[in-house]
Amino acid sequence: MKRQIGLWLAVAGWAVSGLCGTALAADAVKGKQTFIRVGCFECHGHVGQGGVAGLKLAPDPLPFDALVNFVRTTSGQMPRYSTRILSDDDLADIYAYLVSIPKPPDPKSIPALSR
Amino acid sequence: MTRTPKVDRRKFLASVAVAGAASAVAPDSEAATTGGVMPPSPRPSALRPSAVVAAAESAAPAALAHAEGRPGSDFMVDVLRSLKLDYIATNPASSCRGLHESLINYGNNERPELLTVMHEESGTGMAHGYSKVAGKPMALLFHGTVGLQHATMGLYNAWCDRVPLLLMVGNHMDAATRPPGVPTTHSAQDPLALVRDFTKWDDQPSSLQACAEAMVRAYKIAMTPPMEPVCLALDAHLQEHPQNGELLSIPKLTLTAPPQGDANAVREAARLLAAAERPVIVADRAARTAAGMRAVVALAEALSAPVVDQGGRLNMPTTHDLNQSGRGPALVGQADVILALELTDLWGTLNAFVDNPQGTRTSRLKPGAKVINLGVGDLYIRANYQDFQRFAEADISIGADAEATLPSLIEAVKSELTPERRAANAKRTDDLRQARAQMRERSLAAAALGWDSSPVTTARLAADLWAAIRNENWALVSPDFFVSRWPHRLWNFEQHHQFIGGSGGAGVGYGLPAAVGAALAHRSEGRLVVNIQSDGDLMYAPGALWTAVHHKIPLLSVMHNNRAYHQERMHVQKVGNWRDRGVDRSRIGTTIENPFIDYARLAQSMGMLGIGPIEDPKDLAPALKRAIEVVKSGDPVLIDVVSAPR
Repeated sequence: MKRQIGLWLAVAGWAVSGLCGTALAADAVKGKQTFIRVGCFECHGHVGQGGVAGLKLAPDPLPFDALVNFVRTTSGQMPRYSTRILSDDDLADIYAYLVSIPKPPDPKSIPALSR
Repeated sequence: MTRTPKVDRRKFLASVAVAGAASAVAPDSEAATTGGVMPPSPRPSALRPSAVVAAAESAAPAALAHAEGRPGSDFMVDVLRSLKLDYIATNPASSCRGLHESLINYGNNERPELLTVMHEESGTGMAHGYSKVAGKPMALLFHGTVGLQHATMGLYNAWCDRVPLLLMVGNHMDAATRPPGVPTTHSAQDPLALVRDFTKWDDQPSSLQACAEAMVRAYKIAMTPPMEPVCLALDAHLQEHPQNGELLSIPKLTLTAPPQGDANAVREAARLLAAAERPVIVADRAARTAAGMRAVVALAEALSAPVVDQGGRLNMPTTHDLNQSGRGPALVGQADVILALELTDLWGTLNAFVDNPQGTRTSRLKPGAKVINLGVGDLYIRANYQDFQRFAEADISIGADAEATLPSLIEAVKSELTPERRAANAKRTDDLRQARAQMRERSLAAAALGWDSSPVTTARLAADLWAAIRNENWALVSPDFFVSRWPHRLWNFEQHHQFIGGSGGAGVGYGLPAAVGAALAHRSEGRLVVNIQSDGDLMYAPGALWTAVHHKIPLLSVMHNNRAYHQERMHVQKVGNWRDRGVDRSRIGTTIENPFIDYARLAQSMGMLGIGPIEDPKDLAPALKRAIEVVKSGDPVLIDVVSAPR
């Protein structure tokens, strides 16, 4: 199922962003594909769960502006992604995917984690 | 029906040897008469043997003529038995045939017992894992030259991990009497030169008495901290020929007491620690034994100091409030005194390095922080391979075995602590207890992320595995860095033998063999042994599965099958981004797909129960239950789990 995520909940946080219009049309399904294609999953996991190589991205991702700023300018362990490698539309789709990832169950409700 | 021509290995080798021999003893008559200038002529691929060679091949071996009397290799078995070795891993080799025959017939294949391994690097890895659990070496018996070349990466891992191994290789020293052809190709003037940069000592004795002394000395040197691999080249002639009437004796083995820290330096370190407001203990290979772990705990409790366990061994129970390993860089940055115990990389502990195009380096230390370095790193060092890492500054440097020095350091700290400092430290304990509880909550919440997703998250893999083994007498025999250290975050490691660290040299191919060797050492203790097995690592040495089955070594291997050499894929992606060329093609040369490998069937092909591939996490717990029943009955099992990258 192709899910069009309008990201309405996030609009307030990045309404000033020049990417706002792009993000509004973002596509979570396409975003998941891009998330895999450009290797985000390598360090952050297929559902943004994070791990020893990368931070947790979902659920509750960073505000969109902060994510864009980090991806475009970071000089840390993660290499930056230029628009040539990852377009603004792609980045908006990825954000739509991250927003679509449901919250995990309470660990207390998982027998393997509750003992 | 077409038939594929069969190659008989024995005949093939014989023909190769004959060819070599023929060329050695029968000069080319045409070349001899024409000054060596001859046009090329069609020739058979293997020359017809000369009369001399044919007679040598078809007649009774000349060795029989001098095989009477007690063979030298029988005496070698006596020496090895005096060292109380339980196992010798071997890949059979003609240059070791004398000792091999003595071990199985004269020694009745008991203490030491031969383990058949399918690659020398696997055998070295098995000995590596075994030694860390058993606390003593497993010996190795390999071909010189070719076998030793295969074994090198395993040796380097053991060297970096400070693990004692006793490697013996066969060699034909006498060029005039050794067999021509392949055995001569496999002989070397100085065979152990190949590994001298990463072994502690080696010898090639030329008499049986010298051999006895070399074996005992090698064992003694390997077992003296810094513990390291040692190597012996055993001359085939010495093995195969009878003792020539010489009076032989086996030297008494007395292990060398490990080096302890200078008393004044220890006292000075204690003063710094006792006066510190925010001391931190960082440990990597500090606890060689259970007593070592108890000593680390005792020192931490005396100081109420947090411990950052870097995981070379189990230095601190994960359930202890002072185990603050998840906060390592932050704690080092806040510390006024840092005690480093047997670290692989002190510089990397005190400094942050960012793998960006600039290679950014920044000190983590706050101004005025003092560093005490206690370990054997400065006692024994070689120049070529850079496992000694970058030079790091320290305020007190004690060249000694940490485990042996800790008791005196603990006493000195206790005598230096003032009542005021003790009271202040007690308050710190409360803060650390709270911080650990928060870390624990964060870990549980993080483990729930993607709980039901596929590929199976590494947290789910570790959590389900923990639920299956937590009530057993268990041990983990694999490193857990590649599964985001989830076992260390979720499991209760409380006994030293429950974790043995990693490869040391980060050479891929260590995992499965080391797990098999460690499981062998655990077998006599009846422990349920668990190995979280990376896919890329397994394919370096899948033959270790066969060894586990053949020797009935119970071991549960749960695959972390991320279908790639993931670390390397991330590196390629990083460079692609740096160069603004993109990451789309980073799977080339880094992934293990097209086709996927069916690890369950691979295990089955070697007589092992193989389960999987498991892609739905809901299938994991039932598979673990089934597998554990089989492992507890004494057999190894492999479960293939298709899992998240990290």
